[in-house]
Amino acid sequence: MPSALRRPDRTQRPSRCARPRLLRSALAARLAAPVALGVLVACAVLVPVASARALLPQPGASPNQSHTDSLYTVALIMGFVVFLAVEIGLIVALARFRARKDQVAAQIRGNTRLETAWTAGAVVLVTVLTVLVFIQLSVIKNPARSGPAGLALAGDAEFAALNQPAPPGGNALRIHVNGQQFVWRYDYPNGASSFETMYVPVNTTVLLDLEASDVAHQWWIPKLGGAIDAIPGYTNHTWFKISKPGVYYGQCALLCGQGHANMVAHVCAVPVDQYQTWVDTQKAAITQANKDVSDERALQTRQGGSAAAPPTAHELQLQLAEPVGPSYIPPGCNVTTAP
Amino acid sequence: MAATDTTVVLKPRPQVVAHSVPRKRLSWIEWVTGTDHKRIGILYLYLTFAFFVIGGVEALLLRVQLGAPDNTFLTPQRYNELFTLHGTTMIFLFIIPVFAGFANYVIPLMIGARDMAFPRVNAWSFWMLLFGGLVLYGSLFFNPPEASWWNFPPLSSVQYSHSGGSDAFIVAIHLIGLSSILGGINFIATIHNMRAPGMGWSRLPLFGWAMLVTSYLVVVASPALTAALLMLLTDRHYGTHFFIPSVPGSGIREGSALLYQHLFWFYSHPAVYIMVLPAFGIVSEVLPVFARKPIFGYKAIAASTVAIAFLGMLVWGHHLFTWPISTIVFAFFMISSMLIAVPTGIKLINWIATLWQGAVEFRVALMFACGLIGTFVIGGISGVMLAMFPVDWVLNDTYFLVAHIHYVLFGGSVFGVFAGLYYWFPKMSGRMLSERLGKASFWTILIGFNVTFLVQHSLGLSGMPRRVYEYPASAGWTGYNLVSTIGSFILSAGIGLTLINVVRSLRHGRVAGPDPWKGNTLEWFTPSPPPANNFDAIPRVRSVEPMQDLRRAIQRDSERVGGEAARETVSA
Ligand code: HEM
Ligand SMILES: [Cu+2]
Repeated sequence: MPSALRRPDRTQRPSRCARPRLLRSALAARLAAPVALGVLVACAVLVPVASARALLPQPGASPNQSHTDSLYTVALIMGFVVFLAVEIGLIVALARFRARKDQVAAQIRGNTRLETAWTAGAVVLVTVLTVLVFIQLSVIKNPARSGPAGLALAGDAEFAALNQPAPPGGNALRIHVNGQQFVWRYDYPNGASSFETMYVPVNTTVLLDLEASDVAHQWWIPKLGGAIDAIPGYTNHTWFKISKPGVYYGQCALLCGQGHANMVAHVCAVPVDQYQTWVDTQKAAITQANKDVSDERALQTRQGGSAAAPPTAHELQLQLAEPVGPSYIPPGCNVTTAP
Repeated sequence: MAATDTTVVLKPRPQVVAHSVPRKRLSWIEWVTGTDHKRIGILYLYLTFAFFVIGGVEALLLRVQLGAPDNTFLTPQRYNELFTLHGTTMIFLFIIPVFAGFANYVIPLMIGARDMAFPRVNAWSFWMLLFGGLVLYGSLFFNPPEASWWNFPPLSSVQYSHSGGSDAFIVAIHLIGLSSILGGINFIATIHNMRAPGMGWSRLPLFGWAMLVTSYLVVVASPALTAALLMLLTDRHYGTHFFIPSVPGSGIREGSALLYQHLFWFYSHPAVYIMVLPAFGIVSEVLPVFARKPIFGYKAIAASTVAIAFLGMLVWGHHLFTWPISTIVFAFFMISSMLIAVPTGIKLINWIATLWQGAVEFRVALMFACGLIGTFVIGGISGVMLAMFPVDWVLNDTYFLVAHIHYVLFGGSVFGVFAGLYYWFPKMSGRMLSERLGKASFWTILIGFNVTFLVQHSLGLSGMPRRVYEYPASAGWTGYNLVSTIGSFILSAGIGLTLINVVRSLRHGRVAGPDPWKGNTLEWFTPSPPPANNFDAIPRVRSVEPMQDLRRAIQRDSERVGGEAARETVSA
């Protein structure tokens, strides 16, 4: 081929099909490495993807999680398009413009129009994502209305939180969550409490007030919405509403010390009447335990001890519910194994 | 404009050819007392690579522990210590200072200076780094820190971390911080004042831009971390309550754990850019040289560096999306974080445009630079997803985040480090690294890296939090974890190949000569390794690619004079 034809100007290059076989095998050789890489990456992607939901968060069992899930999915799809564009652009550039005999690099220093175009493109992409977040924000952040079949606790909740408006209708169950090394403690409106497993009624909006009494912890039940920190000295808020009875697993997600990996949390959603039975029985058991403690204290005072003395080991044990509770475990809430 | 440089040279072109590497053995006294920027650069590189290996071994131990459910290879305490040391080492003792090492060596050469502005301060920076590292690792003899690389209260307060590990961390980071602030000031002074005649701002090599902007970030942001750690130290030992929350029952509302987070991330988010901008700078140097084509959009790339740094100062809040802060603040930090994607995207696309229509030579340096583009983009995309704060609520502090960090810091920074290593090694040592071993290393690293970290996205999505030393078999995370552990060994093998390559080539590598790549920038104007004074005559700079101008001038001269062109003819 006359070398005069091979100009840096690519528009004048003879078309690819004009050059037979030889070129095709050269092309194949040239593409071998990128293609091999592509196959490898595809395998690395596809193997986990094939096992369901590998690139999606846990399916939502609460509306806030479902909405977050859809937000995530949109971002994932847009991200995937960008990913493909960049990788294909890169691989094609490398394969097509690989140095060959007589290949001359075009001496281009930029192109303001093109550069403006892709800057604008990037701005549009992130603007779309930002707008989507704002559209979805209220349904994720603000508690939903309790279902008609939910626990009726009208007017129970006070709303001091700036961050969290009252759910419409005002019906909600408010549970106080306390993170401590290395267990979660839950306090229910009637004075009952439990550790590790939280019992909630279905179809009821559950509001959580999170605090911590030692170091920072993070409340996270993947199927029930986003994670949120429990920080000593602050009260943080989140919510969920479960429609399907069952046990939802999670664990503390913020490093809190050597027992961090074992600081698990379960939420057991049960029908409203079972919840009511549980919370009443639990309350009674705790009242009984407290009574035992004060009886013991009275006994000791009578035997000459001081009423202001620090609690004895036995009293502490009585107080620290787990040995006491839960006196009644609703069916389906028997959490003996992790997920 | 006519192309000047082809891969196939049509006419023999005169150039200085080296047949051997001048070797001057330095005694250890000379190493310790030296202030030559090149020697200090080498010291930095040796030290930081040693820490890279140590941090890598720690990572492997972590991965072994996680390779099987309910594993008892490490105790929870050991596990916490190891990831704390791994994160701290990789960030403060490897990635941040390794770029100081490269920059020390090449920035004065690139800008046509004979040394850094403050050579003794430069030596001081290096030794502070070494002492910082020794303090951190000295804690191995009592109790290493175990409150993660954030070392955050209340966990790191004396009540919950009584061992001295937390104090070792604080003192070590003070020393390292001092080192990098002094280094930053030095780079700023050098780049502002010591550029070759004619090297205006629009002719500063892009690595120079990256280091200049990075240095400003270091100088502005690091004091926040130092202050936070000093406050933590006085909280721990001298009765202050900056971060200790109210003592229950005492009625006194005291410090705030959230305050520490603000101060810490005010440094540590910009730190991500301190870790990645220099790597971007290296890519911007390497691509045009091996594509034989000028960088596409020099101004846009330089400007995007500045924009990333500026925005980078305004996004620290995206690390606090789960903390008790009002939604409007989150909205601000989401928007600022999203905006960073724009200048970052500009860089990526401009790099690809640089390759487009080039004559790309597949040297290892170029492969690592392209590897950066291809892997960093995944970290960038997951970063945008994490910036959407409701999405962050379900992903933060999970393995999705661990994957994100590593796609940014390994896929971005470390690939850049390797590109820089393969690119500048001939300049520093006078010898070439083996291309074959280098290519094997590249492919092993690329594959190993993706096998290790890609599946971690799925791990996080299926609910595995970060920093857990064990998980039950019933959690369903076993498969992903096993894949990740296997990948980490492939990855280590790849890194090992490069280390072997370096050790071998230092002795047996082919002699490189002054300009093995036909580079664009002035470091290639000197012999390899350059003499103590760098340049006998400093050339006048007329474009971003002064070496191309020089080569063209030599060629013109040789055509005129007839072959025997001397270098002196071009030094004006
Ligand atoms: C050599 C390959 C590497 C492997 C196999 C690896 C592996 C790991 C593992 C297993 C963890 C602990 C995850 C956890 O329990 O939460 C981790 C954390 C981390 N890694 Fe790496 N890593 C590697 C390289 C790097 C590099 C090059 C950097 C940075 C430049 C880095 C920065 C970090 C950071 C900042 C953390 C978080 C530490 C913390 O949670 O406090 N890693 N890595
Ligand atoms: Cu915890």
